[in-house]
Amino acid sequence: MSHLRPDILERARELIALYPRPRSALIPLCHLAQEQDGWLRPEAMEEIAALLGITPAEVRGTASFYDMLHTEPVGTYLVSICTNIACLLGGGAELLEHAEAHLGIRVGGTTADGMITLEEAECLADCDRAPCVTVNHRYVGAQTPGSFDGLVADLRAGRRGDEIPPHGTLVRVRRSTGLQADPASVADERAAMAEAQAARAAAKEEGS
Amino acid sequence: MTVTEAPRIVTSRVGYEDSYTIDRYLATGGYEGLRKALSMTPEAVAAEVDAASLLGRGGAGFPAGRKWSMLRKDPVTYLVVNGDESEPATFKDHLLVERDPHQLVEGVVIAAYALQVTRAFVFLRGEFALGLERVQRALNEAYAHGAVGADIFGSGFSVDLVVHPGAGAYICGEETALLESLEGKRGFPRIKPPYFPAAIGLYGQPTVVNNVETMSNLPWIVVNGGAAFAALGAGRSAGTRLFALSGHVNRPGTYEVEMVKTTFRDLVMAPVYGAGVRDGREVKAFIPGGVSAPWFGPDQLDLPLGQDEVGQAGSMLGSGAITVMDSSTCMVRAAWRITRFFARESCGQCTPCREGSGWLERVMRRIEHGQGREEDLDLLLDVSDNITPGLQWPPQQTTICVLGPSIPSSIHSAIEMFRDEFLLHVKEGGCPHA
Ligand SMILES: Cc1cc2nc3c(=O)[nH]c(=O)nc-3n(C[C@H](O)[C@H](O)[C@H](O)COP(=O)(O)O)c2cc1C
Ligand code: SF4
Ligand code: FES
Repeated sequence: MSHLRPDILERARELIALYPRPRSALIPLCHLAQEQDGWLRPEAMEEIAALLGITPAEVRGTASFYDMLHTEPVGTYLVSICTNIACLLGGGAELLEHAEAHLGIRVGGTTADGMITLEEAECLADCDRAPCVTVNHRYVGAQTPGSFDGLVADLRAGRRGDEIPPHGTLVRVRRSTGLQADPASVADERAAMAEAQAARAAAKEEGS
Repeated sequence: MTVTEAPRIVTSRVGYEDSYTIDRYLATGGYEGLRKALSMTPEAVAAEVDAASLLGRGGAGFPAGRKWSMLRKDPVTYLVVNGDESEPATFKDHLLVERDPHQLVEGVVIAAYALQVTRAFVFLRGEFALGLERVQRALNEAYAHGAVGADIFGSGFSVDLVVHPGAGAYICGEETALLESLEGKRGFPRIKPPYFPAAIGLYGQPTVVNNVETMSNLPWIVVNGGAAFAALGAGRSAGTRLFALSGHVNRPGTYEVEMVKTTFRDLVMAPVYGAGVRDGREVKAFIPGGVSAPWFGPDQLDLPLGQDEVGQAGSMLGSGAITVMDSSTCMVRAAWRITRFFARESCGQCTPCREGSGWLERVMRRIEHGQGREEDLDLLLDVSDNITPGLQWPPQQTTICVLGPSIPSSIHSAIEMFRDEFLLHVKEGGCPHA
């Protein structure tokens, strides 16, 4: 029995086909699993491993390197507050302190209702709207303590649902087509690559 | 104050509400550059880019034309576009991917044609959720329009583009770490040599890695010619460049300005750009090229925005990110926050970077919080010297990648420029600004 939903599985297979080697699809597939579950469940990592022909430990070991891949549950809304240099100058550290007090949790924690996880972020590349806040990686613009409380109330009441999908859904636009360059040339690509790699390995052997 | 008449090369459309749609793109000259490129030989397209003196916009400023000429001949080659944009205070690619994704797609297809690559990948940091959607939609539209895929515009040339999301790791902006990540692994930078992925890149195949802004310049260069681009700016720093201006200015934002002809002061003060320091305060210091760059004081405001000019003055234009700190800023706190960033983002492969960043962060923290000692200043400089011997600019490298040698930039600058402020923290047992 597959843990991943049929539609997610279908998209996973489409993604794998875009790369010279299946393993390249690891991060995109982890994002897809998070779209289904909100975080990376062990069952999902096992299935991703099977799809890519690697071990579950390799999936977990890679995923754990990346901030956006969560091997523990996350609230419906991941609120990220940047405190890096431009946002620091714009009051980011004070906003983060306010958020902790208002939500009654520390950085990294999730509210008791499971709605909100709070994160201190490094630069999110929106530094002209400091301090920068994102919810599930959607920019919501600079926030003051007052506007932040309003944002939280909106999230809890489900008023921002159109714009901000639940945690895990990253890219809502699906690719319209597979690879179009001549399938024969794709096969050539794989063969030529295998050949080049064998040649390099042989040269290395000789050298050592 | 100079605001030159240079054309807007990469931001000509961003003022339109619907700038990211194919309708707007086609109505404003979109895909004309690609059509023209396809009527030329690949070599002729590459020659125009070489003539343009287009310096890479990702941080290192390597000439794109030269990089392209280094691509090793092989039946399988790749083009990888770097849209990781994670250097703190940098947000120019953010504008390009959200507001003009077709321009990026067109630039990538032009480069793919000039380089005759097997396939192209556009790597965007995962936090660009909207950017990822905009670029994917633009790519779908471009496929439908015949501008990418099989037999592009009936030219016989075919290439596919793949949009690839990252997952949150600054180090993946380093080009070899990016390739590791694109291979589905942890983002560990690769040991050099080889120095360029042009020799050994994605899956060991020759690969060109270029920044989003570098690619976005290509449609204009092909339409108008490399010479027209080279006629803007001066010396090696040709054309216009996007600068992300942040911090204590009245109008933070992304501005496209002519290189060299414009100065830091113009950018900070001109009403159409930064419009001056907020609350009428003075510039205390500014970071000229992302947090990896050494800081400048107000006496350097009249330096031109040129790569070599800023390099000779002891810093870099880097990622095109300028952060202004006004007279109310605590420089210890600012340098501490930057150091904390590096300590968090070091990938951990090299001892000087991994251990050094942690040490520096702890010492900076204790000074800011009033538990520092006067000897800590020497300790900071000593640890910094262990990471990058001699504390010179450009820095000496003892590590696998340049993240390591970038760590001391802010601490070294802050101590040199504001030693008294450190001593005041020690003497008063806390931050005098708090
Ligand atoms: C730690 C580190 C982070 C980097 N981050 C980025 C980045 O986010 N975007 C980028 O284009 N280049 C980044 N670079 C530079 C790339 O390694 C590479 O030089 C660049 O992508 C090449 O493109 P260009 O020649 O068009 O500038 C980074 C380099 C280092 C050492
Ligand atoms: S210098 Fe730092 S970030 Fe770069 S490879 Fe070494 S440990 Fe990793
Ligand atoms: S410093 Fe906060 S978004 Fe860049």
